[in-house]
Amino acid sequence: MSDAAPTVPSSFQEIILRLMTYWGGKGCAVLQPYDMEVGAGTFHPATTLRALGDRPWAAAYVQPSRRPTDGRYGENPNRLQHYYQYQVLIKPSPPELQDLYLGSLRAIGIDTDLHDIRFVEDDWESPTLGAWGLGWEVWCDGMEVSQFTYFQQVGGHDCRPVSGELTYGLERLAMYVLGVDHVMEMPFNDPASPIPLRYGDVFRQTEQEYSRWNFDQADTGMLFQHFKDAEAECERILAADEMDKAGRRIVMAHPAYDQCIKASHLFNLLDARGVISVTERQAYIGRVRALAKKCADAFVTTEAGRSEALT
Amino acid sequence: MPDLLLELFSEEIPARMQARASDDLRRLVTDGLVEAGLTYASAGAFATPRRLVLTIEGLSARSQPLREERKGPKADAPDAALQGFLRSTGLTKDQLELRDDKKGQVWFAVIEKPGREAAEIVAGVVEATIRNFPWPKSMRWGTGSLRWVRPLQSILCLLSDESGAEVVPVTVDHLTAGNTTEGHRFMAQGRFAVSNFDDYRAKLRRAFVMLDPAERAATIEAEASNQAFARGLELVPDAGLLAEVSGLVEWPVVLMGDIGADFLHLPPEVLQTSMKEHQKFFSVKNPKTGRIEAYVTVANRETKDHGATILAGNGKVLAARLSDARFFWDNDLRVAKAGMGDWAEGLKSVTFHNKLGSQADRIDRIAALAREIAPLVGADADQAERAARLAKLDLRSAMVGEFPELQGVMGRYYVLEALSADAAGGPGSSPGRVSAIADAARDHYSPLGPSDAVPTEPVSVAVALADKLDTLTGFWAIDEKPTGSKDPFALRRAALGVIRLVLGNGVRGHLLDIIDVSAAQVWYSPALARSLYMLPQSLTPEAKNWLGVCHVHPTEAGEEPPVFLCSFVEFHTALRSELVVDDAEVWFDDLDADHQLVDDRIIKGDRRLRSLTADLLAFFHDRLKVFLRDEGIRHDIIDACIAMPGNDDLTLLVTRARALSEFLKSDDGTNLVQGFKRANNILTQAEDKDGVEYSFGADPKFAETEAERALFAALDSAEATIAPAMQAEDFPAAMAALAKLRAPIDAFFETVQVNADSEILRRNRLNLLHRIRAACAPVADLTRIEG
Repeated sequence: MSDAAPTVPSSFQEIILRLMTYWGGKGCAVLQPYDMEVGAGTFHPATTLRALGDRPWAAAYVQPSRRPTDGRYGENPNRLQHYYQYQVLIKPSPPELQDLYLGSLRAIGIDTDLHDIRFVEDDWESPTLGAWGLGWEVWCDGMEVSQFTYFQQVGGHDCRPVSGELTYGLERLAMYVLGVDHVMEMPFNDPASPIPLRYGDVFRQTEQEYSRWNFDQADTGMLFQHFKDAEAECERILAADEMDKAGRRIVMAHPAYDQCIKASHLFNLLDARGVISVTERQAYIGRVRALAKKCADAFVTTEAGRSEALT
Repeated sequence: MPDLLLELFSEEIPARMQARASDDLRRLVTDGLVEAGLTYASAGAFATPRRLVLTIEGLSARSQPLREERKGPKADAPDAALQGFLRSTGLTKDQLELRDDKKGQVWFAVIEKPGREAAEIVAGVVEATIRNFPWPKSMRWGTGSLRWVRPLQSILCLLSDESGAEVVPVTVDHLTAGNTTEGHRFMAQGRFAVSNFDDYRAKLRRAFVMLDPAERAATIEAEASNQAFARGLELVPDAGLLAEVSGLVEWPVVLMGDIGADFLHLPPEVLQTSMKEHQKFFSVKNPKTGRIEAYVTVANRETKDHGATILAGNGKVLAARLSDARFFWDNDLRVAKAGMGDWAEGLKSVTFHNKLGSQADRIDRIAALAREIAPLVGADADQAERAARLAKLDLRSAMVGEFPELQGVMGRYYVLEALSADAAGGPGSSPGRVSAIADAARDHYSPLGPSDAVPTEPVSVAVALADKLDTLTGFWAIDEKPTGSKDPFALRRAALGVIRLVLGNGVRGHLLDIIDVSAAQVWYSPALARSLYMLPQSLTPEAKNWLGVCHVHPTEAGEEPPVFLCSFVEFHTALRSELVVDDAEVWFDDLDADHQLVDDRIIKGDRRLRSLTADLLAFFHDRLKVFLRDEGIRHDIIDACIAMPGNDDLTLLVTRARALSEFLKSDDGTNLVQGFKRANNILTQAEDKDGVEYSFGADPKFAETEAERALFAALDSAEATIAPAMQAEDFPAAMAALAKLRAPIDAFFETVQVNADSEILRRNRLNLLHRIRAACAPVADLTRIEG
């Protein structure tokens, strides 16, 4: 099964570059990160929206992800409020997806003849996206290195065909491959570079600044207002006439979805500020999910999201 | 007689589903084959992470032809009847036969079903089984619509005998069965063909797959025990984990590693739980120290470095996990040493249930209730309250946040820490008291299941009872009772817990008194009131009633005057303080507008509260019947005891029921009940007819026969024994006295005609029958005994 004998990468960025090369070589469109604050790579419209409808799709990209509650001022060896996910989405899921995935591990230097790779049941659900799927977390010597999911539903719509989604937590995976114990110590570029940079050189200060803002300083009144604004704008855009002033049918699914993403992130910030009670929590998640569903409803009526079988 | 081999090869099947799935596969396929007319000698099923396998030996080569004759309508029956018959048989009219019957000519259908080849039947049954497989959760993949637990990749289906093997032509969507499979995902390469089950099993083993989960489990257990033993340590057995791990590997390789010295001071429960939950590691104990010092992990492969890389990686992950656990433990200990005030404060913002308030509200109620219960169980009221206030604080600890299953276990450690740091004394200062209070944190959740031990330490018993009763009355108050198979709040288990705590400790007292206190606490709690007031759109009809949607005068004629369990003012003050001011104003403007309305709400609420406590007691009685049924005590016997006063004293109730059950096992007992019933029936009929009660004045001087006189004498003697026996709650003695009445009663009914012509004799005899009824009455309501 082994491709070429794996060589060990020297830096965080080399791992990312190798993943790009690998999945690009397997036919994925190598996209760029979405330019908004999201909690995970799944939120990128290239996954959430493109998992809908019956048009074939294959995309791979890095997505910077923000989880305000996970901030630890850059002190915890593994936890960050801002980190990177590597995301692959292929629709329909190819029959050899597991083998393709294992190939990607070899590509980044994991010798599958020396390590113990396991697919352990882990069903994925995103209450905010109204999405779920079945799959596994992938273990390498007892460490979770990826999530592997066959999407069954997104935004309340059945996925037909089914997409296969792979999500790699890049920092954790890279720390393992590079043998680093503290994320801030991890080489970001080649340590032999004229100006070697470690992860901490790039992100320690921002982790501190954002941890303070997320936990103590973010203006909760403003955040609540922005949440309401995003929610209202999302609903307004979707309720707008489908015909533009020139008489073209243009459903604004993506702009509406941007507002849904915003609402989701604002909710995460409010949660980190500790101003959302347990009962309210469910209500807020429900509000974001309602937006995601409406966006999905709109997207499946568009050129990119429709299903031939149904038209 | 061919053998069948079936393998359904898929991507990784969740470990927890494998055993059930292999059972289902065997059941569904063999049932289908038998239904289609095949027989077989034996069947076995196996599961690995990637395959479900079925082997059937001695299958018949083809099914027997079937000839079935069915009688249809008469020849002169309406055409509709004939058409119906044709539809049900699938024949046309010219295929029917007319035959002579007793009542004329009748249509007959002769349906011939030729025998079918096994291969054809197997193909159909396997396809149907795959399409309808009862996975707990299944999925689609790619462009297909087939559902399986994870993508199904290939089907191997063979019928084999001495002359060779043939592939059964199974087709399910894009999959067509063949005779090949593959071995271990990493250690083997390529697909290979097999010819029968023995060949399959042997080739799989060469391809590093151990097919039988029992063999994998035995291998893991033996290898892990040996490695531990070789180091003077011992494996901590864990059957659930062993089953799970056996379902995660096709080729188990046991590796043992050490726990870093930095972590050895953590409580063993923490080490064990963290390793098991996160890493699926077994714990390895040092028998000399009792400490957990090493772990066993089970890899799915051999490697050329003999697992060194795998073990190193696992060790690293474990160290990170245990660092988290140590961080939680250290932080928790700091809060515990400071008296756990932070946690008590924090629980105010943790919702228990949105209608029943926060965990802190709940703790207040449980603490007050524990005080009430303390004297009944021999606990000190102050200690019981203190223990109740501390017992759930660990819910807020970081460790329980991470491992909810350690609730209580951690609580005990933290309470010990808090109380031993509490040098100022107080009710928890002596070592015995400290450990009683700390143990209550661990034990008050018990008994959890039927096999879980019942706490016996009085403080634990008081808190355990208070905890469960508060839960029950709370959910009763908000009308979330168990229905059918639905019991999301485990209320049946809570009620059984109360029953076992009461019986196991011989607790005496009236459950209703405690339920009343508990129900009043819940009912008039700001939490429930708040939820009722602030969520008007989600009110239950009862709650709407309570809130007085309709205007009814509070003291309608004939109604009992309301009993207020707390004053109106208290209630509303509490309510106001709990409400957000803006909302409160809205609601109270509305309320104050009509005092009549407000009074009415309180009265209605109070009425519902009383029906609630009665309803909850009935639930306890139902649960008690289930509990006693396992002891072999019949439900009618329990009913006979429940009908007696004091039925909310469960210990008394069960003592009575057990005695009655024993009594009814004897001939004297069953016959006495017959005699009682006969006396009671005659008496009741006479009373109905005459419109009077025959309740006293039986006089031996009107006794005409020896049998009558004997019964008088027997009753005198029985009554003299029964009264003191009942006073002493000595049911066996009272029943033994009743047993002595059996012969005289039988003799009486044999020789004496109650409804004598003489009115004096009749009345005297009826009054005598009343004495039988009266003698039995204090023991149990024997009218409820069946048979």
